[in-house]
Amino acid sequence: MNVPRGAWVDQVMGMPVSVHLRGLTLTPWRPVFLSEVFTELHRIDMLFSTYRPDSQISRLAAGELTVAECDPLIGEVLELCEQARAMTGGAFDPLLPAPGGGYLLDPSGLVKGWAVERAAHRIGECFDGDYYINAGGDIALESRSGVAWRIGVEDPRPGGGLLGALPLTAGGVATSGTARRGAHIVNPRTGRPAGDLLSVTVTGPSLTWVDVLATAAFALGPDSFDWLAGLDSHAALLVHPDGSTAMTSAMATLIQPVSSAHQREDFQ
Amino acid sequence: MRRVTLSVLGTVALLVVLLRYPTTFGTSLASPPVAVNSPPAPNAGVADVAAAGGTTVTGSPIDTRYGTVQVQLTVSGSKITAARALQAPDSNGRDWRINAYAVPILNHQAVAAQSAHIDGVSGATVTSEGYAASLQSAIDQAHLS
Repeated sequence: MNVPRGAWVDQVMGMPVSVHLRGLTLTPWRPVFLSEVFTELHRIDMLFSTYRPDSQISRLAAGELTVAECDPLIGEVLELCEQARAMTGGAFDPLLPAPGGGYLLDPSGLVKGWAVERAAHRIGECFDGDYYINAGGDIALESRSGVAWRIGVEDPRPGGGLLGALPLTAGGVATSGTARRGAHIVNPRTGRPAGDLLSVTVTGPSLTWVDVLATAAFALGPDSFDWLAGLDSHAALLVHPDGSTAMTSAMATLIQPVSSAHQREDFQ
Repeated sequence: MRRVTLSVLGTVALLVVLLRYPTTFGTSLASPPVAVNSPPAPNAGVADVAAAGGTTVTGSPIDTRYGTVQVQLTVSGSKITAARALQAPDSNGRDWRINAYAVPILNHQAVAAQSAHIDGVSGATVTSEGYAASLQSAIDQAHLS
């Protein structure tokens, strides 16, 4: 029996964001709640965009606003940033050394995952089937049917295809790397672009935190492996510059090959 | 809404991708429609393959940062044999041109995703430009309602 499925894409936070829904109650028409979900993502983008001088986060950084004068979400994110900084031993830090001295306030490394996880919760409240939301390769998902979403992990090497597939029924998957945007992650300890790994993929219960973990691990480099391996309920995959991979034991158990068609038959 | 088989719709994605594929030659895609032929195949001519038969599929209009893109494909089996832009962005004179070179690459991607039963892709941050050529884009297109 074919379960109805649909996908919708919008451009938010400078990237395409796609929502996939799967369930017997799905109709061919666009669900009304999607407009609300995308509108809220746009609103968050307006609040937190460091590219917009008139965003609240920019005005906060410029000293034109206090946290108390900002939207409550600003305070919530700054609190989460502090937790992230503590959890990662400073590898994730919303205060980045500025090129000309001083610091830049840039919580965007956390905002995307947090905003998308928030959107996912809202989708889950409005839709009774399976769903996932993918924002630039970072995914929050849930399957209530028990049929896993199969999430491919991109090989960061040019033209590399997929490293494997993760059958997941809840939580998030995030990948940090230089594959698409160049060196956009900065090691907060040095202020220089990270570069010792091609990518880090982390999956776990919360997209907000797997995104932070992947970002921090990418900034820290290969030495982050033991740290990631010691986290309960998480699985991680690191790709070295030569294309070789290191997987935590949880990841080695979880990941499935994607190369041949018969594995699809086994899965179904 | 008309439902078309996954194998056909999966390839619809490629057209959006191709429209966004920047090239260093040719003219900018200023005024649709633009007719495009499939890339040279070892045993087939490329001109007007649609005349040889196939299924015509009209993709959903997709809003991109550069404007709306909508394509019409002629599909034979699992291969795109002809493509035509019904709507294409023409802002700031970008050199978007359907590139024959990209057809086999993206066709392969979409087919691979289907055969591996991949529902989504996690990768390093995808920009708007990168998305157009991404496997996630092909998957999104395959399920667009």
